Amino acid sequence: MKQEEKGVYYTEGLFVPETPTPGKAPKPWGETAVIGKSRPRVDAYERVSGSAVYPSDFSLPHMLHGAVLRCPHPHAKVRKLDTSKAEKMPGVHGLISGATREADVYWPYSKDVKTKLFDSICRFEGEAVAAVAAETPYQVWDAVEAIQVEYDVFPFIVDEKKALRSGAPQVHGAGNLVKPKETYSRGDVQEGFAQADVMREESYRTECEVHTPMELHGCVAYWDGDLLVIHESTQGVYAVQSKVAQVLGLPLSKVRVIGHYLGGGFGSKLQPGKYTVIAALLAGKTGRAVKLFVTREETYLCTGNRPPANMTLKAGVKKDGTLTALEFSVLGTGGAYPAGGTSLVDWLIKDLYTCPHVRTEATDVYINAGPARPFRAPGHPQGSWALEQMLDALAEAIDMDPVELRLKNIPAYSQARPGTPAYTTTGLKECLEEGARAFRWEERRKEIENSGKNGSLRRGVGMAGCLWIAGGGGPPSTVIVKLFSDGSVNLNMGASDIGTGTKTVMAMVVAEELGIRTEMIQIEHADTGTTQYATPSGGSKTVPTEAPAVRSAAIHVKQQLLRMAADDLGMDVSGLHFKGNEITADSDPPKKIKIREISGLKKQGVVVGVGYRGPNPEGKVVNPFAAQFCEVEVNTETGEVRILDLLGTNESGRVMDRLTYNNQVHGGITMGIGFAMTEVRVLDAHGTGKMVNRNWHDYKLPTALDVPPHMEAVPIELPDPEANNTGAKGLGEPVTIPTGAAIANAVYHATGVRVTQTPLNPTRLSLIFSERLKER
Amino acid sequence: MEEDRKKAHPALTRRHFLAAVGAGAATVVASSHLAAGASTKARVMEPTEMTKIRLRINGRTHRLLVEPRWSLLFVLRERLGLTAVKSGCERGECGACTVLVNDVPRYACMMLAVEMQGADIITLEGLMNGEKLGHVQQAFLEHDAFQCGYCTPGQIVAVEGLLRRNPDPSNDEIRKGVSGNLCRCGAYTHIFQAVERAAQLKRGQR
Repeated sequence: MKQEEKGVYYTEGLFVPETPTPGKAPKPWGETAVIGKSRPRVDAYERVSGSAVYPSDFSLPHMLHGAVLRCPHPHAKVRKLDTSKAEKMPGVHGLISGATREADVYWPYSKDVKTKLFDSICRFEGEAVAAVAAETPYQVWDAVEAIQVEYDVFPFIVDEKKALRSGAPQVHGAGNLVKPKETYSRGDVQEGFAQADVMREESYRTECEVHTPMELHGCVAYWDGDLLVIHESTQGVYAVQSKVAQVLGLPLSKVRVIGHYLGGGFGSKLQPGKYTVIAALLAGKTGRAVKLFVTREETYLCTGNRPPANMTLKAGVKKDGTLTALEFSVLGTGGAYPAGGTSLVDWLIKDLYTCPHVRTEATDVYINAGPARPFRAPGHPQGSWALEQMLDALAEAIDMDPVELRLKNIPAYSQARPGTPAYTTTGLKECLEEGARAFRWEERRKEIENSGKNGSLRRGVGMAGCLWIAGGGGPPSTVIVKLFSDGSVNLNMGASDIGTGTKTVMAMVVAEELGIRTEMIQIEHADTGTTQYATPSGGSKTVPTEAPAVRSAAIHVKQQLLRMAADDLGMDVSGLHFKGNEITADSDPPKKIKIREISGLKKQGVVVGVGYRGPNPEGKVVNPFAAQFCEVEVNTETGEVRILDLLGTNESGRVMDRLTYNNQVHGGITMGIGFAMTEVRVLDAHGTGKMVNRNWHDYKLPTALDVPPHMEAVPIELPDPEANNTGAKGLGEPVTIPTGAAIANAVYHATGVRVTQTPLNPTRLSLIFSERLKER
Repeated sequence: MEEDRKKAHPALTRRHFLAAVGAGAATVVASSHLAAGASTKARVMEPTEMTKIRLRINGRTHRLLVEPRWSLLFVLRERLGLTAVKSGCERGECGACTVLVNDVPRYACMMLAVEMQGADIITLEGLMNGEKLGHVQQAFLEHDAFQCGYCTPGQIVAVEGLLRRNPDPSNDEIRKGVSGNLCRCGAYTHIFQAVERAAQLKRGQR
C-alpha cells in the first residue's frame, strides 16, 4: 500500500501479512463471453428465499443473548457499580464489568491509545460499562437495567468548533488537539492568487453522518475447546480475527471468524467492536454460545460515523478557466479517540483538478462523542461538497459553463503524490463529456435559463466530478480454485460479499476463464478457518484486488490441465488450447480430450490452482474517476427539493456485471442524497451533550419516496491493461462522492441560493428564502 | 440445582423477585398495554408469566408457550427459526420484519405474539412454493432488487401485500407501497422494476 493511501481506511495497527510473490501476470481479456454481461447474483436465491443465514440469524443450542450497559453521559466516571441484583435476575448466566477478572483486557482505540475494555472513565455517551448474558433478550435487558451505577458526571464538549477554545472541557486532559495540524503545500498560493482574474472564498460544513446498516453490529461467539469461533456481521473476517486475537492474547489460529453474509456495513464493519470481544468473554464465562447484537440506538452512538467537516476554501481562476490557486482548511473530529476526524477531506482539493498552487490544513480534535469509523469514501464527499460548489461559483464568475471549466483543468498525473506519478487512465474528461452528452447538459441548461424564473417551482441543473484516492486494489490476496473430476469448481477466497456482488463477479471470472457455467461453481468464502487471506471488503478495492487473484488461480488450474492433457494426447503443451469443457490440439487430424476424461485429473481427483494478487504498476496510480449530473425542482415557498433526474458516469475500468454495476451506481447516488439532504447527527451541545435523534425516525434515511424518478448509470470503459489482469477498478465509493455537490449546484442554478451546509432540507431552504424576502 | 429450578420455572422465580422489589417499570408498561386491548374484566398478566397460545403461520398452526411481552418478531425469529423475518430497529421504523397479517403488511416488531392469535400470518418463507421462488421473489432475483439483502425479505413481503390488494399498481403506488421499508444500500430503483415484473408474473405473463 502506498504511503498516502495508508490513512484511507485507518488501518493503523492492523496486522497485514507479507504479500506473496506474484506469479507472471496474464494479459487482460480481449472479448469476453461472461464478464460484462447482466447476470443475477449467484446467491440471489438464498437472499430472496430467506435461506441465507446472516450472522444475526445464527442460532445454536442453549445460546444466550448478550447486552451491554452503556454510559448515558458524554463524559463521566463510574464511581460505583452494583451488579448484585442483576446477577440474581431470572435467566442471567454471566455478567462482566471493569470489576470482573475475565474482562481485565485492553481495547486499542488506536495504535497508541488503549483503555480498559470497561474503563472507569467514559469519554462518550454509549461507552461500555458492563455486559450481561441471559437466556432471552428480554431477560438480558431486565438485568442490564437492574445494574446500579453511580457516575461522577464531568463537563463535556460535543461541539468540535469550540473544542480548542480556552476553558473548553478536556476529553483526555491534554488539550483537545488529536495531533499537530496537518498541512500540505505546493507552489505558492499567494502567487497563485496574484495570477488570478477572479477569486472566491467560502465556508462550508457537512454534518456527521451515521452508517446505520440494516443489520445491526454484532456476532454470535462460542468456544470450541480452546478455539474461539465468531460469526460476525463483518466486511473482513481476517481484520476481526487479528484484533480479537490481539485483545485476548490468543494465537490467530485459535480465533476463527466466519462472516458469510452481512446486512450492510459501508465501512462501519471493517473492524470488530468491543461488542465482539464482550460476546467472546461472556461465552467463555458462561460456557455457552452468546449472541450479542447491539440495538439500533447503540449503532448511532458507538459503531462509527462520517465525521462532520467545517471547511473554508479560497480559490483563484483566470478568465480562460485556468485554476491558479486553492487554499483549504478543515476542522473535524473523529470523536473521543483518534479515528481520522479529518482523514482525506482535502484529497480532492489537492488531486482532482490541475492547479499549481495549493495549500491545505487539517485540524482534528477530540469531542465527547462516539469514535468515527471509515464511511464509504472517507473524506471525499465532504471535500467534494466544498470544491465542486466552489468550481460552480468560479464558472459563473468567469461566465463559463461548469463542465467546460472542469475540462480545462483535467490532470495528467497525480499532483498530490510524491513524484507526481501518472494515472494509468484519467477518465475524468470522458466522464464529463459523455455524461454531459447523455444528460443533454447544455440543452437542458439553456432550456431552463430561457424559461425565466417565475413562480414558486424553479428548475435547475447541476453537476460535479470526482476521483477516489484508492480503488485500484492491490496485494495481498490469495485465492484457491479447485476443479473436481467432473469439471465443476470450488472457489475459495477470504473476501466478504458485502452486498456489492463480490461472489457473483468472482464466479463470473472463473466462468470466463474455465468456460463453465457459474451454476457449476460453489463458493467458499469469508472464513478464517477455511478460506485464504483477504483484506476487508472496503475502499472499492475488492473487485480489483480479488478478481485478478481469482483469474490467476483459474489460469493455474488450466496450466496443470494442459500439461495433463499433453501427456494423454502425447503432444507438446504449446499446441494445446482450452476450449470450453475440452482441450483441443493443433494437429492433423485434430485431437481433443474432454476435461473430465483427462487421466491425470481422474488419478488426482482434483486440480488445485493457487492465485496471488500481483503488485500494481510501478510508479503509476490506479484511480477511478466519475461525474454526476442532476436536475432538481425547488419549491421556493416550502423549501422542498425534488430530484427529477440523476445521471452518473463512472470510469472504473472494465464492467464486470452490468446488472450489479447499475445497482451500485443507483445505491451510491441514493446514499449521496442522504448525506446531502436528510442525514444529520444532532448532539445536544447546550444541555446534556447526548445525541437526540438516535433512531431512523428522527435521523432520516432516503426512502423509496426520496429517490429520483429517473436515474441512469453510464459506464466509461477505458481499457486499463496496467491496472491489473482484469482491467477492473473500484466502483462502490466514487458513485457516492459527487452527488451532494451536484444537487447543491442544481439548487443554486434553480434559485440563486448557494447552500453551503448540509442537510440541504426544506427547513434550511425555507429559512434562507424567507431571509431573502425580508431583504427585499 | 438453582440453575435447573430456574430453567424449569422461570416465571416462578421472576414473580418471587418482583414481589420482593415491587413492580418494575417494564411490568407496568407491558401490563397497561395488554389491559388497554382487553376487556376490563380480563386478568392482567405478569410480563414474564408464560402463557399458551396458538399462532397460524404460513398455513400451519403452532402451539407455543410465550411471555406476554414477547414480540411477534422475537417469537418468529428466535423461537420458530423463521429468520427471514429480520430485526432492524425493533421500533417500527425500518420494515425489515414485515410480515403479512391477514394479507396486510405489518411490522412484526410492533405486535405482541399474544395479540396475534386467530390471525393469518405469512412470512417470506411462506411465499415459497416448496423450493421454488414465489413470483415476487423471482422478480427480485431477475432485477437484482437488493444488495446486502437484509431488508429484502421485508421488501418482498410488502410488495406481496401491495399486489394482493392492487394487482396493477402505478409508479406512485409502488413507491408508496414500499416506502415503509428502508434500504440503506439504496436498491430502490431496482425494487420498483421488480414490482412491475412481479405484477406481470402474477398475471401469468412470462
